[in-house]
Amino acid sequence: MRPETRALVLHLGVIAGLAALYPLLPTYHQGNLTRILVLAIYATGYNVLFGYTGLLSLGHAMFFGAGMYGLGLPMQHLGLPALPAFVLGTACAATLAAAVAALALRTAGVAFMIVTLMFSQAAFLTILYFTTWTRGEEGFVLARGARRIAGLDFSTPDVRFWTAFALFATALLLTLWMARSRFGHVLVAIRENEERTRMLGYDVQSHKFRAVVISGAFAGASGAAYGLFFGYVGATFASVQYSIFPLLWVLLGGAGTILGPLVGTAFMFYLINWAQDLTSAYMLVAGVVLVLLTLFARAGIVGEIRKRWLGWLP
Amino acid sequence: MEFGPHLVLAILEGAVGAAVLALTALGLSLVFGVMRVVNVAHGEFFMLGAVMAWFVAAAIGGHPAVGFIAALVIAPLVAGVIAMAADWLVLKRVNYDPEATIVATIGLLYIMQQSALMLYGPEARPVEAPFNSRIALPWVEWGEAGLQLYYPWGFGTTSYKLFVIVAAVVLLLAFWAFLSRTRFGLVMRATQLDRETALAFGIPVETVYALVFGLGAALAALAAVLIVPIQQAHYLMGGDPLLLSFIVVIIGGLGSIRGTIVAALLIGMSDGVISVFFSPTLAKILATLLVALVLVFRPQGLYGKTAT
Amino acid sequence: MTILSTDKLNRVFGSLTAVRDVSLSVDPGEVHALIGPNGAGKSTLVGMIAGRIPPTSGRVVFDGKDVTSLPAHRRMQMGMAYTFQITAIYARLTLFDNLALALDDRDPARVAAALDRVGLTERSDQLAGDLSYGHQRLLEIAMGVAQAPRLLILDEPTQGLAESEIAGFGDLVRSLRGTTTILLIEHNMNVVMELADRITVLETGEVLATGTPDQIRANLAVQDAYLGTTHA
Repeated sequence: MRPETRALVLHLGVIAGLAALYPLLPTYHQGNLTRILVLAIYATGYNVLFGYTGLLSLGHAMFFGAGMYGLGLPMQHLGLPALPAFVLGTACAATLAAAVAALALRTAGVAFMIVTLMFSQAAFLTILYFTTWTRGEEGFVLARGARRIAGLDFSTPDVRFWTAFALFATALLLTLWMARSRFGHVLVAIRENEERTRMLGYDVQSHKFRAVVISGAFAGASGAAYGLFFGYVGATFASVQYSIFPLLWVLLGGAGTILGPLVGTAFMFYLINWAQDLTSAYMLVAGVVLVLLTLFARAGIVGEIRKRWLGWLP
Repeated sequence: MEFGPHLVLAILEGAVGAAVLALTALGLSLVFGVMRVVNVAHGEFFMLGAVMAWFVAAAIGGHPAVGFIAALVIAPLVAGVIAMAADWLVLKRVNYDPEATIVATIGLLYIMQQSALMLYGPEARPVEAPFNSRIALPWVEWGEAGLQLYYPWGFGTTSYKLFVIVAAVVLLLAFWAFLSRTRFGLVMRATQLDRETALAFGIPVETVYALVFGLGAALAALAAVLIVPIQQAHYLMGGDPLLLSFIVVIIGGLGSIRGTIVAALLIGMSDGVISVFFSPTLAKILATLLVALVLVFRPQGLYGKTAT
Repeated sequence: MTILSTDKLNRVFGSLTAVRDVSLSVDPGEVHALIGPNGAGKSTLVGMIAGRIPPTSGRVVFDGKDVTSLPAHRRMQMGMAYTFQITAIYARLTLFDNLALALDDRDPARVAAALDRVGLTERSDQLAGDLSYGHQRLLEIAMGVAQAPRLLILDEPTQGLAESEIAGFGDLVRSLRGTTTILLIEHNMNVVMELADRITVLETGEVLATGTPDQIRANLAVQDAYLGTTHA
């Protein structure tokens, strides 16, 4: 089997496996799996920028938040139906990403990290500033009746899961396709040697710009879905912590691998869940994992598997 | 008698904030200047200083001054040692790679913050000031009956707040003397200028890095000990000083010590003044946007030289 | 008829004028060598031609168009190629991927043919970073050649190559003669004298002389400034 075919079979297999797994799981884990898949879309989008393009953003929570508030605010205050609200949320995130990219891409490396962090912080504070509409840190609950698209009622766990599953499968196959396309190869080239890529005649700036927008749109779709599925919109989701999470998930799962974000999100989700049962200081786990990863396993789980055994993994 | 006195008060509050901020940001700037890495856990060393001050004061008891003086020595020392251990265990092992260091120090941030939550708890706890007499301020104004002296007019400050300002100035001067007059200061500046040459001249760069990282953390802890009698110790208190220090160091020009101090005064004062008259959230939004735009359009900082 | 010309190019770094009033013209199909002592401004000059360094003043005309304000990647798209003085390849990618990026085409036959020009076909699946230094230089040159440029800028291509590899490099350049114009920065005088059709000598940022290898050899000023002292 050619490596391309093998990879496609593997990823379709993972998708089929997720679908087969769901009915077998106890209710509690079914709910977890839904959340993991929604968040894995966020991680997958983060990976496009960090894993493939080599740009480390510390501000992706603003895109996740833009998706969530772009969906939630018009639903709450203008009575916008769920489907256009979902599209609007994703579009808000993509637009914000384009604006941030236009400015932040003038910098590189550590400056890019700090600029994205600062923009995200400003976005978070803006949410707090307009408390009248956003209800600040307390957030607001989306009415059950509004959370419907056609006949799908998102307050039903099964509907939530299968929609999350469809969204995640789309995201996964899109990135797989992207990674194999000319666009994806140029992103990797930029990550590996930006100056060389420019001097081969590639428009580095425009590729980076598109990568930020795609990444932001994925984050926004994830944030909008999260708000829609679980019916709550709050400022926590736009805080620094939610910028650190996708970095953590992607680093843990394997930056620059297609399956890494899913694996990292699932691992971290259960790790933090487990820590939450033990102590209120559960974010300690996140800190320890971050330090250990930088010290010992920069490639992450899937990255290490690729390095050791399966060189053909995309 | 409305606007004027409030402005004076705001400036005074701003000066206290600026003094503490200058010390904290100096630590961050020093680490960036010499080691070329960004320490995201810097705010947690500030928090550690405040929490240590509480532990020391609680353990020693007696007159608050005794605990305070002990804390002034012990808290920076503990923060410094922990920072040096982190440098040796983590930063050295990732070769001070700028991006890896940021990720690793984010990890350290959570480790320290959450450890404080476990060991110190979620409460905010006050530390008693060593002295705290109220000082009423006089106010002179041209009123209906000519020049009038209002004293006391209801508002004032405390002796401790004035002490914080003076102490910070003394510490900054001492630090400047340390940098320019001592052998270690010279070694540090040499390492900052050119790591390779410093190595060639037999400067133990790794030791210098560990000491600088420790010194940066100690400065943050020291600043926190000074402020904790005014502001309570809490495990989440590291966020604001980190953000403000970032702002100061970037506006002042990355790694420029003079720029850092000027920017600390500017930001600290305006943060104090703006917060009195406007919403502090709005002030922070503007400050963070300003920093982002400075980095985008003038990365050498407002005060720094042109980039080389 | 020229393919590339510069018109009074200047580049000032602070108080240092690295390149001063350089006007240069390169004919289609020729191998044009740039020589001069270290610090003469050669790399700065080609940096401005390729678009990596913005000139302080002056113009660059490529293929009849003023490209002075175009970004580097646009100039490359117009038919320039550039190899770095310090090897710049994709060390963590395979040779196949390196050349596929240079070709902007992943067709195995085309990649193999491009690798074959420098004799690296066998190593297609190796990581570029695992190659010896000499092979990395050859890979970089192969990437430049693969772009099928009309103007190939080579910044000290033979630096660090062994004698046999230099001979191979000479063969490669000769095989391009007529189809590709080459602007070559080179310290190795044997290589320059053997390959160049014309030579421009730079000193302290200014053009000292331009001419055929024989003319340059006979030029007393050049001998004093350069040949006589450093490469006698």
